Amino acid sequence: MVNQPTGGPARSVSYEIGAFFLRGLGKAFSRTYIEQMASQTVLEKLAILADAAKYDASCASSGTAKKNSLGSAKGIGSTEGMGICHAYAPDGRCISLLKILLTNHCVFDCHYCVNRKSSNVARARFTPQEVVDLTLAFYRRNYIEGLFLSSGIVKNSDHTMEQIVEVARILREEHDFRGYIHLKTIPEADAEIVHRAGLYADRVSINVELPTDSGLTRLAPDKDARQIEGAMGRVKADLVEAKDARKRFRHAPRFAPAGQSTQMIVGADAATDADIVGKASRLYDNFRLRRVYYSAFSPIPDASAVLPLKRPPLIREHRLYQSDWLMRFYGYKPTEVMQATEADGNLPLDIDPKLAWALKFRDSFPVDVNRATKEQLLRVPGLGVKAVHKILASRRHRTLRLDDVARLTQSITKVRPFICTVDWRPTLLTDRADLRTMLAPKTEQLELFAA
Amino acid sequence: MREARSLQSMKLGTYYVVELPEPDDFEFWRERARSLIQCDVPPDRIAWIEPGSSGDLFAHGERRAPVPPGDAPAVRANRRFVPLAKNAALHSDPERFALLYRLLWRLQANPRMMEDKADPDVRRIEELDKNVRRDSHKMHAFVRFRLVENEETDGEHYVAWFEPEHHILRANAGFFMRRFANMRWSILTPQGSLHWDGETMREGPPAERVDAPGGDPMEDLWRTYYASIFNPARLKVGAMLKEMPRKYWKNMPEAALIPELVAGAQKRESAMVDAGALEFEERPETLAAIDKAIHACRKCPIGALENQAVMGEGPQDAALMIVGEQPGDQEDQAGRPFVGPAGQLLDVHLEKAGIDRKASYVTNTVKHFKYVQRGKRRLHQSPAAKEIDTCRWWIESERAIVQPKLVLAMGASAARGMLGKTVSISKARGAPIALEEGCELWITAHPSYLLRLEGPAREEQARLFDADLVAVKERLEELSG
Repeated sequence: MVNQPTGGPARSVSYEIGAFFLRGLGKAFSRTYIEQMASQTVLEKLAILADAAKYDASCASSGTAKKNSLGSAKGIGSTEGMGICHAYAPDGRCISLLKILLTNHCVFDCHYCVNRKSSNVARARFTPQEVVDLTLAFYRRNYIEGLFLSSGIVKNSDHTMEQIVEVARILREEHDFRGYIHLKTIPEADAEIVHRAGLYADRVSINVELPTDSGLTRLAPDKDARQIEGAMGRVKADLVEAKDARKRFRHAPRFAPAGQSTQMIVGADAATDADIVGKASRLYDNFRLRRVYYSAFSPIPDASAVLPLKRPPLIREHRLYQSDWLMRFYGYKPTEVMQATEADGNLPLDIDPKLAWALKFRDSFPVDVNRATKEQLLRVPGLGVKAVHKILASRRHRTLRLDDVARLTQSITKVRPFICTVDWRPTLLTDRADLRTMLAPKTEQLELFAA
Repeated sequence: MREARSLQSMKLGTYYVVELPEPDDFEFWRERARSLIQCDVPPDRIAWIEPGSSGDLFAHGERRAPVPPGDAPAVRANRRFVPLAKNAALHSDPERFALLYRLLWRLQANPRMMEDKADPDVRRIEELDKNVRRDSHKMHAFVRFRLVENEETDGEHYVAWFEPEHHILRANAGFFMRRFANMRWSILTPQGSLHWDGETMREGPPAERVDAPGGDPMEDLWRTYYASIFNPARLKVGAMLKEMPRKYWKNMPEAALIPELVAGAQKRESAMVDAGALEFEERPETLAAIDKAIHACRKCPIGALENQAVMGEGPQDAALMIVGEQPGDQEDQAGRPFVGPAGQLLDVHLEKAGIDRKASYVTNTVKHFKYVQRGKRRLHQSPAAKEIDTCRWWIESERAIVQPKLVLAMGASAARGMLGKTVSISKARGAPIALEEGCELWITAHPSYLLRLEGPAREEQARLFDADLVAVKERLEELSG
């Protein structure tokens, strides 16, 4: 591992990480002392810069163009459509990519961010070559699908963006790396550099950070909502253009084949779920985003005084993801999701948004599983997309009874009040006032997906 | 017709035994199944035996494949069936080949049967397929290569030990080949092994754990990454276990950290919450209440030093509020703002600009004196951003009561105290910044900055300071007028 001394002052490494690398260093390293020292420095930097990157929720490595390294002289890596989670952390999140910052030095002072200028955390800085070496070493051992690189802003936005692009360039051009690369782009950076990032990366993303402009002004005083949306608009234009070019020329360069995504922080400002859902759907429409990630604001070391430091609202985050799913896969319009919110504009925490909607619009039920359209079936609480497809396929061959439906779904108790079959009608049930308490889950649900 | 043909081609009541050469040999099954169907052998007359299992029970069965009659119709299989069966055949369930045959048998009479998802056999094959796909996916995910430096060939060799649940090794060779095309690697499993040298794939005999290397220096970096990327405030062990069950842990270098991380998580989270905990009560409604409260304030470490809080002073209805950084040594002793050297210099310049200090409300952003003791002297220390942000509660309360038309913030700390962000004085000075409720903020340098300069630099800064004060004076008259 090549290591060049850099400006990052290696201050004390946070938490128990120190213990991790001290233990076992002696026996695991059979190399020279110099190499040991060099490696230890990279280790310290990795501890700081991975710690600083963990507040980005996305770790997806799916949905990109298929590529592999078979038949190439020195190429390495493949992406085959489906993302792979190479490990799961005890927070239930997938570890698919090497998710690090190039540096956590930052000239910005965003209150919610652990790397803001006024924060007192240990700082470090990787050189592009160090990130490349680390990525390849991890990739060869099958630890990761690729790299997710972000950075604090050093010197200025253009300089920082250049450094990020340089990492991707070395990986793609010098090492013929065909794994997944996700680059975070900086809205203030020059459009030409951001465009280059898209030519190397599978996915690019810009965080909108907060659902409302006023929240952004208050908590991220150096950022500008219009600038962020402008940058997303340019990426969208690039995506459309590259796709169009590929229709006409088979070898036209690809531009971020896994599209663009963004992230919103939930619970750091006063925005309601209705605000957030509205913002997300506008982003999906305007910028053709692949994904909007929600990140429950979680306490950070040395936090700013203006933030609510409490347990992150994980259930709320989960309900927002569920509503996101309703819009993307279940045919709900944003206004319909907003109808599921309660008087305070937030989604109920004790039941999922689909059930909340069904309880509000009981006259749409029960649905006859033997006759109903796909759209109607998708609205039944407890029926997922797969179950609906199975019902549609099966009912060509038999008239479905309640037992048949039970075999095709996860839990018939949840579905039963909202459907009828040849041998089942829930006439009384839908009128019951206590239906909500009957159906609300008794225990906490697992995360819908961990990403 | 069909009845007659079957009587010709097979001895009634013959029990067929099919021994598969390999547990994952789908093609062999396919060939045999085809001729058995063509000979009209019902599913319950066939035993499918894979290598390693005992075939003694069926010692008397017919082991030769029956020869189908020449006019036998082609065997029909649904388009969906073949890929599903191919994958389900890799399952470790000993009944799988019998299930596949039963499905194929039934498909001859009902070619669209695969669509009937409520059928138990269809559900079972989909279940097997799902299990195998999951196992393959977990193999792609959890195989961990370790680097072995090979002295003879002078090259790097990556070796992994993995224990799949089903017979998936051969079927997944392609994935690792396509991904690690330019590496020399081997995957060792209890069922067999794969070796790739960059050009050709070789299959080897079953291996044991001891055949694989015991470690890799890079694993320390990987463990560091694993521990650092974990957010202790979001502990969700159940979600982790669902996707990464314990059975995989023994072959994953990072998994050894999990118990420690889980145990430490709550402690780390509550430490972060406590460190940031700030519970201010209701906003005080009078200046006297603020004065009383700041003397008791210990929200930041400055309040805990040997010092006293210094309250702002001036008329409660002042149109101008002048904000400094923090009390100095003399202010701390006197208990009054701007009485030391910087205060005296301020008075001079205010008078020059024609601003009446007695008509203004003069205060500080941070209420206590921050210092380090050097012998008998207490040396001034700039407040940290977080300390300023904490103390904003008091300056905001003061502004809410005094309701000045214009605030003059002197120095970077005062500017941060008013705006909540750090601004550059040279860029922000000389123009108003709108605050809420129609109030205007003007920013200038702190008079102590002038004290630290000498010669022409001091003259230049004094000129700029005066210009700012004059602009404030003029603006104040406009606003009052």
